[in-house]
Amino acid sequence: MSKMPERGGAQTLNDIRPGGRVRIHRHHAEAAVRQRLLDLGLMPNVVVTVVRSAPLNDPIELKLEASSITLRRHEAITIEVTSEDSES
Amino acid sequence: MSKRDGVLVALAGQQNAGKSTLFNVLTGARQHVANYPGVTVDKKYGQYRDAVGSVYTVDLPGTYSLTSFSLEERVAREFLLGDRPDVTVNVVDASNLRRSLHLTLQILEMELPSVLALNMMDVAEGRGLQIDQSLLSERLQLPVVATVGRKGQGREALREAVRAEASRQVETPTPPPVLVDYGPLEPIIAQVQQRLARFKAIADLPQRWLALELLEGDSQAVSILVERLGEAAARPLREAIGSLIAEFEQQQDMEISDYVVGCRDRAVERLLDGVLSGGEQGRKTLTERVDRVVLNRWLAPGFLLLTVFAIYQVSIVWGYELTNVTWPYLAKGRELIAGLLPSAHFLVDPYVRSLGLWLVDSANTLLNYVPIFIILFACIAIVEDSGYMARIAFILDKVLHRFGLHGQSTLPLILGGVFAGGCAVPGVMATKGIPDNRARMATIFTVPFMNCLAKVPLYTLLLGIFFVEHKSLMMFYISTMTIVFALLVAKLLTKTVLSGQETSPFVMELPHYHLPTFNGVARRAIERTWQYIKKVGTVVLAVAVVVFVLLHLPGLPEARKAHFQQEAEAAIERFEQALAGNPYREIATGANLVPLINYYSDYKRAKLNATGAEASQRVTERFQARNADFYPLVIRGGDRDAKQASRALRTLARERQKLRLQMREERITHSILGTIGRGMEPITQFAGFDWKINVALLASFAARESSVATLGVLFQQGDDENQTLEERMGQETREGGATALLAVSMILFFALYPPCLATTMMVKVQTGSYKWMAFSIIFPTILGLAVSSAVYSIGMAVGATGIEAMSAVYWSAFVLLLIVGLFSDRQASRLLRQRFSEG
Repeated sequence: MSKMPERGGAQTLNDIRPGGRVRIHRHHAEAAVRQRLLDLGLMPNVVVTVVRSAPLNDPIELKLEASSITLRRHEAITIEVTSEDSES
Repeated sequence: MSKRDGVLVALAGQQNAGKSTLFNVLTGARQHVANYPGVTVDKKYGQYRDAVGSVYTVDLPGTYSLTSFSLEERVAREFLLGDRPDVTVNVVDASNLRRSLHLTLQILEMELPSVLALNMMDVAEGRGLQIDQSLLSERLQLPVVATVGRKGQGREALREAVRAEASRQVETPTPPPVLVDYGPLEPIIAQVQQRLARFKAIADLPQRWLALELLEGDSQAVSILVERLGEAAARPLREAIGSLIAEFEQQQDMEISDYVVGCRDRAVERLLDGVLSGGEQGRKTLTERVDRVVLNRWLAPGFLLLTVFAIYQVSIVWGYELTNVTWPYLAKGRELIAGLLPSAHFLVDPYVRSLGLWLVDSANTLLNYVPIFIILFACIAIVEDSGYMARIAFILDKVLHRFGLHGQSTLPLILGGVFAGGCAVPGVMATKGIPDNRARMATIFTVPFMNCLAKVPLYTLLLGIFFVEHKSLMMFYISTMTIVFALLVAKLLTKTVLSGQETSPFVMELPHYHLPTFNGVARRAIERTWQYIKKVGTVVLAVAVVVFVLLHLPGLPEARKAHFQQEAEAAIERFEQALAGNPYREIATGANLVPLINYYSDYKRAKLNATGAEASQRVTERFQARNADFYPLVIRGGDRDAKQASRALRTLARERQKLRLQMREERITHSILGTIGRGMEPITQFAGFDWKINVALLASFAARESSVATLGVLFQQGDDENQTLEERMGQETREGGATALLAVSMILFFALYPPCLATTMMVKVQTGSYKWMAFSIIFPTILGLAVSSAVYSIGMAVGATGIEAMSAVYWSAFVLLLIVGLFSDRQASRLLRQRFSEG
């Protein structure tokens, strides 16, 4: 997988390593993808934990409250996040 | 669909909330599956009776919300809007209330009388969650019932609540509660509602809901408006709403749909405040602990392989062994029917008999697979219910996605027989669960490229003739080229004919692990097997009749008929001469001759089918009872005269068999199918196929198994009884100048050849269109012919041997695969980068 480009300051979900806890800041996805992300509870201001990435690095798995959600990096890169304290 | 007598109930809920299990609990065994009009989404419905009357229940597709972004959501919403169920049972996952209630709020906004079923209460309790049901009921102004679908708990309470709500709606209908405060959007909603109120044509729709959907820019709501009011009346309305949207979005600096979701989320939070308590913090759930191992980066592929191997072993290998047990019963059934049909003549059988047996054989071919299917479908149900299916997708999505497939294409491809021996029918059926429509279609069209059980005999035959010294290398090529071709074709199709198909985001839940219940698994296995028998069986029988006609008409010319008749008479005469002076002559000749010779062939077949000494003994007894006079003539151990008669009888039977085969071959040659086969020679000659191979390939469309049998008939020379088909075919094709290159051409064509009839029927079922079914036949034919022709013609021109040609094809396909795979990765990351710099 080629390296993802850097972007001034703002982080996306794609940059977060397994174990990282982040707060969702905003979505750049549109229409169906955006709707599905919101439906699954990935709303702005919600805190999620990146659990792992698949054996081939893509997709990734998130934990949000009691549920586990998986999404491709292609979608993860559209979600802007800010770091939270890592899980104690 | 029209509303039946009694109450109409719809079950709505999010995925993984246990909705279908609860539906089974609620309705019991009386269920049916149909399709929603025009789409392939399953519509399950059933009926039950309570103390008052009958209740007609529909299980809607699982949806996270009710927008018009996905097919399932559109279908569910259309049903709720159009059929207006008397009661909607909203099934929610009690252990994930916060997310579930978003859908509840949308259902309430549609002004649907509802009952809330708090399902999976055991899971919620296991996680230490307490839910104040009466407070929740009071806040939502809805009846709330706790259920555990998997254990069948809460059925009566739910049925009572449904009945009570239905009656209450008739007696004291109440306006639906307004549970969400949309703040600054409220006056705008009111404004739109006011405008909408002027139109009678939309007065039956829930007004607040419609206003909200229009403000969110929902495409389906807009089209309802245009449809009901007409373009002219709708335009000013749409323009007015458009400017309201723009104004609001500018003020709030966000899209209305995001704003709406935010308001709902706050409403849910308020609703749950004081209702929901407890829940462990930080403790890992069982699912998380299991996934730590099962989805571990290094271990996951191993577990996946193990699962796949287990499914393959249990269903295909053991299931195949099971068919050895069940096959004799089917054979017995055939004998039974053969006994009922008019008996065979010496040379030409009555049509009723040959058609009857032809149909029984066709049906048996399909029924033979039933044990495999039951086990296979049970395995799939277990993988689905346990929650592992979504994880298979998680593990393999990256590779498959690159070629336009989906993580969940894995199982269909395995069932189709990635390496050796599967069946495309369950493979195509298993594509049902793939959430992305384009990837689902691509999977449907590539599953038939796998090595199904029926392709194996032909491969074995050809390898035995032409590749004796390269057998293992050829086996390697054959068993791995499937996935190479499938991935390339999937990529090709998604980039071309399928590019317009709807896709959906790969954003999904990994459900918690559950132990599958026996009932749930058995029910689905039987349901799907029955669907196979019903849908495929009827059509296969119909086509079997057509193929029969094509193979039998117009029949032999009179001169040839007379010739065979003469030969037959000569054979009989020789038989009679051989028996001159034999005491058995009376029993064996004249009117007794045909019954005797039929008796003889029945006896031989029965002895062949009988397994074990005991069964063999039973056959002996049966035939002794059937005709004690004939019996000494068919066994080898009679007195001297009987032995002599028996020998003569065997000779006669052999001659009869030979004549019948010759007639059959000539008949096929003259038949319509034979004519078609010859007509195709100008095209198929580039692939090296003569008309005999064409006929075999055409006939194999009805059932793959028949290809080897048809080749057997066509290459039957009858001169040397002891030659195997391999030898005969080898000899004849070599005489015709063909080489191993022809075999390679045939193998490639067979690998890419259209699916068998049963599979194309499944394609029709799964795509919901005859157009796609036709495509699934035509496209592989052209592809197969093109590849075979190219390989054969080029191979002939450069004088390549079979193994050289095969290696060349295999490795160039492989290199192409790598190039396509790497290129699409590049492209994907470039797209990402672009998108990123814009953001």
